[in-house]
Amino acid sequence: MRHIISVLLENEPGALSRVVGLFSQRNFNIESLTVAATEDPTLSRLTVTTIGSDRVVEQITKQLNKLVDVVKVVDLSEGDHIERELMMIKLKANGQMRAEIKRTCDIFRGQIIDVTPNAYTVQLIGDSSKLDAFIAALGTTSILEVVRSGVSGIARGEKVLSV
Amino acid sequence: MELLSGAEMVVRALRDQGVKYIYGYPGGALLHVYDALFQQEEVEHILVRHEQAATHMADAYARATNKAGVALVTSGPGATNAVTGIATAYMDSIPMVVITGQVMSHLIGEDAFQETDMLGISRPIVKHNFSVRRAEDIPSIIKKAFYIAESGRPGPVVVDIPKDMTNPTDRFPYEFPASVKMRSYNPISRGHSGQIKKAVDMLLAAKRPVLYTGGGVIMGGASEQLIKLARMLGFPVTNTLMGLGGFPGTDPQSLGMLGMHGSYEANMAMHHADLVMSVGARFDDRVTNGTDKFCPTARIIHIDIDPASISKTIEVDVPIVGPAAAVLEEMIELVAAADTKPDAEALASWWKQIEEWRTRHGGRYRTDDSEKMKPQQVIEMLSKVTNGDAYVCSDVGQHQMFAAQYYKFNKPNRWINSGGLGTMGFGLPAAMGVKMNFPDEEVVCVTGEGSIQMNIQELSTCKQYNIPVKIININNQSLGMVRQWQDMNYESRHSSSYMDSLPDFIKLAEAYGHVGMRVDRHEDLEAAMREAFSLKDRLVFMDIYVDPFEHVYPMQVPRGSMRDMWLSKTERT
Repeated sequence: MRHIISVLLENEPGALSRVVGLFSQRNFNIESLTVAATEDPTLSRLTVTTIGSDRVVEQITKQLNKLVDVVKVVDLSEGDHIERELMMIKLKANGQMRAEIKRTCDIFRGQIIDVTPNAYTVQLIGDSSKLDAFIAALGTTSILEVVRSGVSGIARGEKVLSV
Repeated sequence: MELLSGAEMVVRALRDQGVKYIYGYPGGALLHVYDALFQQEEVEHILVRHEQAATHMADAYARATNKAGVALVTSGPGATNAVTGIATAYMDSIPMVVITGQVMSHLIGEDAFQETDMLGISRPIVKHNFSVRRAEDIPSIIKKAFYIAESGRPGPVVVDIPKDMTNPTDRFPYEFPASVKMRSYNPISRGHSGQIKKAVDMLLAAKRPVLYTGGGVIMGGASEQLIKLARMLGFPVTNTLMGLGGFPGTDPQSLGMLGMHGSYEANMAMHHADLVMSVGARFDDRVTNGTDKFCPTARIIHIDIDPASISKTIEVDVPIVGPAAAVLEEMIELVAAADTKPDAEALASWWKQIEEWRTRHGGRYRTDDSEKMKPQQVIEMLSKVTNGDAYVCSDVGQHQMFAAQYYKFNKPNRWINSGGLGTMGFGLPAAMGVKMNFPDEEVVCVTGEGSIQMNIQELSTCKQYNIPVKIININNQSLGMVRQWQDMNYESRHSSSYMDSLPDFIKLAEAYGHVGMRVDRHEDLEAAMREAFSLKDRLVFMDIYVDPFEHVYPMQVPRGSMRDMWLSKTERT
């Protein structure tokens, strides 16, 4: 099963490599990983999506908690949560394809954020499956380049992950 | 406030931490630190001949005292030579602080002379590591390093110090912090009372219980509590390789070691138990054998300070996260206050069964199949001559298993061996580290002619500092454990397991200024050993020739259950 794990991390040099190293060292899988500082500059927030059995995911959270730089760990997928991923996708756009891409983009509530005579760059935000669905919906349109941010997640309601 | 350079702060902080000996080897990146060491007398530096030995000495000090040992090695090759020692300590959860020199900050990343990324290299084998970025942080980093190494589940911590951080002309006000507080690291101090209560109810209802105890009892200082609880309950106790001595080996309630080369009765009892309580053990693959067949009829209680150890390989029924000593203490109180008592009738028939197993195959080996002395006889004699009271520091291989099986450890912290990593070359430096700190105790290195040659250069360090350890070299002229597996699984094709061209160990010991002795016959063994131990101030290298064809038994059948064992070359359960 796919899990979204959120980690509050000391914003120290080398802290990220400890997390990434742990995943390869213990043969855990990483689907996506995002990290940036929080409103408190001494803390980073890291979101990792992983696929594994309950037992493996339990080990992942326990082993993450053992890292001295890790302040808190939560498996967001255990409760109600919101996940978002940002994608920028550069598409070949000429002739009648320009209108077609624009329509698909509107359906998915994407934005065209850069235009040249032959290409559109579309920005799309949503959960990962929505981004996958957009790519599938493009059909024969030729994709020039895709960049995805990886998943960020947050719990619903008033529950917060903080020190 | 006193102004000190970074180098002086390193040394002063170690002194203020109460460190007496540090083990190391100098080099370019550490010259300022070595100069600061030279100018004081409170912290004594022991110069080894290879950095691996420095880490093993520090590690063994920790195993004997439960306090972090300290190694000091230079950048580049100094640091990489220490890697095996750091990994050894990590696998056995041993507290250790390793200070590594580093090239100057502005050179880091430029492939400078003797540069290596020690933070990166050591990351998977340390509990934590630090890089000093501001010299004034040195005292607090060293304080944190000790705190992290020794608290919770112990482990090694590396402190990497670029040379410019120790510059003698840059001076800073020095203050050693009295305590440490870290928001991201708060080791647990007691177990969950509800879980402990539940476990005690299960203990009191058990009919075929076994206490399966590991290194956590030793490093957690819980031996006294374990003995007390085991006696109150009247339960059998088995130790892992790392847990030997946590419960007295000569006690009638002791089943000895369990696992791959565990005793017949320990493995049989585990397999047939209805309740297994693990204390500070981690269900290692050398214990469980096939995990799908592990203890099929038992409910399992698991006490461990590390939550990640719980249900890692074996699902347990009642997990208790906490320090072994505190949890056992609470259990003792609950058992004492309980209305119900352990089921005497069920326990009596359980013990009857265990005694039957013990009689059927209790630590026996053949002496009639060879003219030669048996390695087991050497260990039994060692146990006799030292009254089971010595610090036994072992290398890795058949001799290690024989020592674990036939030396009856009655006290904790006296069996010093590399269990998790299985590091050949560990024994001699380990014995040195213990002997330096316990000069009045008998300290023995049990080794083989393969292992001893992996750190034999330390005979020179022993000469320099007069470290009179006793080396029991169980010489079977082959890499015995490798050969045993080749005999059992590769139709005796002895690929590279034969130690050809052995040196004359007697002459070698003498060349380093020590005493050498050779023993070939069992009838000469006792007198020779007594003579060796009577030479209190001399290192004695006893080169003891034994039957090269002996195997270690029992030996579990791979992927079987705990009770599936070879009992001899021809007998199987």
